[in-house]
Amino acid sequence: MKRLHKIKRGIALPVTIVIIWEILSLNIGNSFILPGWELIVPVLIHPMDSLFGGASLFENGVISLERVLIGFLLATVIAVPLGLLSGWSERVDEYFNPLIQILRPVPPIAWMPLAIAWFKIGFGSLIFIIFIGSFFPVLISTVEGVHNVRIRWLEVAESLGATTKEKFVTVIIPGALPFIWTGFRLAFGVGWMCLVAAEMLPGTSAGLGYLIMYAYNLGQIQVIVAGMIVIGIIGIVSDYLFRCGQTRFFDWQGKE
Amino acid sequence: MNNILEINNISKIFAENNSLCKAIDNVSLTLTKKEIVCLMGPSGCGKSTVLRIISGLDTADSGIINGDEWISADSLHTAMVFQEHSLFPWLSVAENIGYGLRMKTRFSSEQQVNQKVSQLLALVRMEEFANALPHQLSGGMKQRVAVARALAVEPDILLMDEPFSALDPFSRRELQDEVLNIRYHLDTTFFIVTHNPEEAVYLANRVIILTKRPATVLKEVTIPFSYPRNMVDPEVLDLIQEVTEMITSGRGKAEVN
Repeated sequence: MKRLHKIKRGIALPVTIVIIWEILSLNIGNSFILPGWELIVPVLIHPMDSLFGGASLFENGVISLERVLIGFLLATVIAVPLGLLSGWSERVDEYFNPLIQILRPVPPIAWMPLAIAWFKIGFGSLIFIIFIGSFFPVLISTVEGVHNVRIRWLEVAESLGATTKEKFVTVIIPGALPFIWTGFRLAFGVGWMCLVAAEMLPGTSAGLGYLIMYAYNLGQIQVIVAGMIVIGIIGIVSDYLFRCGQTRFFDWQGKE
Repeated sequence: MNNILEINNISKIFAENNSLCKAIDNVSLTLTKKEIVCLMGPSGCGKSTVLRIISGLDTADSGIINGDEWISADSLHTAMVFQEHSLFPWLSVAENIGYGLRMKTRFSSEQQVNQKVSQLLALVRMEEFANALPHQLSGGMKQRVAVARALAVEPDILLMDEPFSALDPFSRRELQDEVLNIRYHLDTTFFIVTHNPEEAVYLANRVIILTKRPATVLKEVTIPFSYPRNMVDPEVLDLIQEVTEMITSGRGKAEVN
């Protein structure tokens, strides 16, 4: 019962907005400004249909997801080892920390001109932007995770005969893993947002960001709204999957 | 005598707020095989530091351990049980117990590890919980696992730093009986830091009492009663009282000797 009430309260506002939207759209009567849901829903329920003679909503979504995954994986492959070392060794941290603090506040999209200069418009520059966006959350969470490993665990390991290398592999890494996972979750979210923004820049030729920008140029507002909804749904679902992973694998965290 | 550990005149100095502070001052003690020795003293006197030096987690600044001028006890065969929060929360009970055996220095095959782990699970009566994660266990069960994990590496001396003080009185007595039971089955020497005189008199063959900082040995008391001890026996109660008073007197350095 309680759950049902919670769901009811949760959908109250979205439903209200949809209704107000529809009333406004009927009053305005101009689908170039506010298209009615009778135009938006057909786009959403036929995601496989070709749009504007090109790729479908689904295909554009897959292209965007692929890009995010590649950029995200590249970022984790570099950020996790660097974060582990940086958290473990003060000296490594002293080398890297100032540079990281300087680069971190720069919005990933601000790298776009450089990205285009270095990698040309298209795949390479997009991957680079996602890499930049995902890199810092993973790195910072990993360092944080290592710092949160209890000294006590390391002492136990040492008392039971673990070498430095064994302490690193059997205590530091598993002990930091819940934080690293949280970093993944944040990084994927940031990467996804950066990607869509980067895809909207001139010169790209596929992806959800490209699709909604292209739809704008053609005055197809209902496709923009449908595209935005899909962008939101992919964001929610990926975040949900990361949270499932958290409860599945790191149930022990904070419960001692 | 079956001396397993002989410490002569170890001292340790800490740097604290830009000044040097002597934590331990010429502490000497011996441990023999298969005995239970409790280390007591006013809180903050450096009991844990003595234990950490023996375990190799800390080093002494001067002194002799087992005839050698070691100030580090790295190669002494010990294992440590801490007060709490010491289990690896991501490993199951069985994996925690097997942890030390899987370290490279131990050269154990997976089959040997499993065999040893089953033995220890039985010894501390945790077979049913082999696959449980630490956060699913009660405080007393966690400490039993911590004891089993330390025993797995077959230490000559099991060092325990206030191992039962975070437990409720009932679990504490259960764990104390567990220690007596293990001592009955194994040759391990137990060296236990405690602040509870009742616990010391219940468990120990000998109680070593330290003075306040800088710690020196104030007195050694041999407990003459056989196991299991009757904790309402007037003689036992008197001894608990006596030990308590010695610790209190150890707070004033003037009263030493």
